[in-house]
Amino acid sequence: MARKKSIPAGRKQRPPGRARRGVIVLVSTRKGAWLFHGDAARRTWRTDGPHFLGHVISHLVLDPRDARTLLAAARTGHLGPTVFRSTDLGRSWKEAARPPAFAKAPEGEKGRTVDHTFWLTPAHAGEPNVWYAGTSPQGLFRSDDGGITWSPFSTINDDMQYRKWMGTVQDGTPDGPKLHSIIVDPRDPAHLVFGMSGGGVHESADGGRTWRPILQGMEVVEGFDGTEPTPHDPHCVRLCPSNPERMYQQNHCGIYRRDGPNGAWERIGRSMPKRAGDIGFPLVVHPRDDKTVWVFPMDGTTVWPRTSPEGKPAVYTTRNAGKTWQRLDAGLPAQQAWWTVKRQAMTADAQDPVGLYFGTTSGELWMSRDEGRKWSCMARHLPEIYAVEAAER
Amino acid sequence: MKVLIPSALRSYTERGEADACGATLGAVLTDLERRYSGIRFRIIDEQDQIRRHIRLFVNGEQVHDLSQPLDAKDELVIVQALTGG
Repeated sequence: MARKKSIPAGRKQRPPGRARRGVIVLVSTRKGAWLFHGDAARRTWRTDGPHFLGHVISHLVLDPRDARTLLAAARTGHLGPTVFRSTDLGRSWKEAARPPAFAKAPEGEKGRTVDHTFWLTPAHAGEPNVWYAGTSPQGLFRSDDGGITWSPFSTINDDMQYRKWMGTVQDGTPDGPKLHSIIVDPRDPAHLVFGMSGGGVHESADGGRTWRPILQGMEVVEGFDGTEPTPHDPHCVRLCPSNPERMYQQNHCGIYRRDGPNGAWERIGRSMPKRAGDIGFPLVVHPRDDKTVWVFPMDGTTVWPRTSPEGKPAVYTTRNAGKTWQRLDAGLPAQQAWWTVKRQAMTADAQDPVGLYFGTTSGELWMSRDEGRKWSCMARHLPEIYAVEAAER
Repeated sequence: MKVLIPSALRSYTERGEADACGATLGAVLTDLERRYSGIRFRIIDEQDQIRRHIRLFVNGEQVHDLSQPLDAKDELVIVQALTGG
């Protein structure tokens, strides 16, 4: 699959003379959203929130194309799902006029209903106002007007082959099967990727008109047929902005890297220390170095406790594309910390050195100013954290 | 027709009572949407089904069908179901 323009691989330096900017950390929780405004040094933070207290916020994302438009995917315990939009960094919000919703089924047929919008992705830099959304149950949606109105996107929502690969609601994750990790290639707006839990990773080279599963090299749970997308469970897929030919994936069955448009996935998690294993949910790529990745392992043994292994949380990093891994736990609790980090709840900023942020299922927000060498807690006692995003401003 | 609005939906109406017109339950909810944009989808899904944790009562009787005929003197009550404990 040819790409229109290549970006050289490897590490890039921040342009000389460019002023360091502040960072905003966007935190989505089971009970609302918070914004943490940081200075350029990332040492002082102003807390703004809660927004939408009591709403389940699955994802809160700042549009990097204008650095002021926010979209929030929301629902409540009683009410149906919606999307809220702010064009002033959260000072005021307006609800989408037409939130993501499946097409109405023909008379006599049973149609699907969106339970919640799970994932939001701004489209290519050259497509202002275009956004993509992934839902639970799995659906793919697009907005061409900055998130005000949404429509089903491409054919997959109603394609019988894709519906079979998605499985039923019972085949998905505990709180519903999800379409996530919607990726837009920075070189080519027509090159799109998404993941389905369950249902595998899929790629389009023609702007979403056609899709193909990319499964080669992936493992599945013992006893299932890995040539079929259905049993594949990608937890988080990331494309390297410094080398879009390279993708990484945290999967139900390990950590993987894929190089080139037709490459196979390689299980780089096999070199993780045995005490940590290579099961987890989030995965973060370095903004300028395609060999550096961070993951947050969890206990995926026996009944899948989904806690930090042995109650000792740690981030692990590779600096050589998965050959070796190092444990990064300085500042994190040394024991009896049984939380974990969900697939959208760990991220990086674009500063140098890179800042890392993660939110826990116990409502703590942690950060590192030095690429994970030392961690400090930014906030405690928040509701369960579902997503964390960092944006420059 | 008088429509009683639960607290979860008062961000749309800004009060606990609203007026809406229509010959059926579906028509009343469509009129409510015209007056308070966005409110209908929070209580009725894209397959025109009443959402799982919402209940609708007309003159004290629970109704399930959007084609239910209504009269201008009826009172519609939108309730958050006690499914959350």
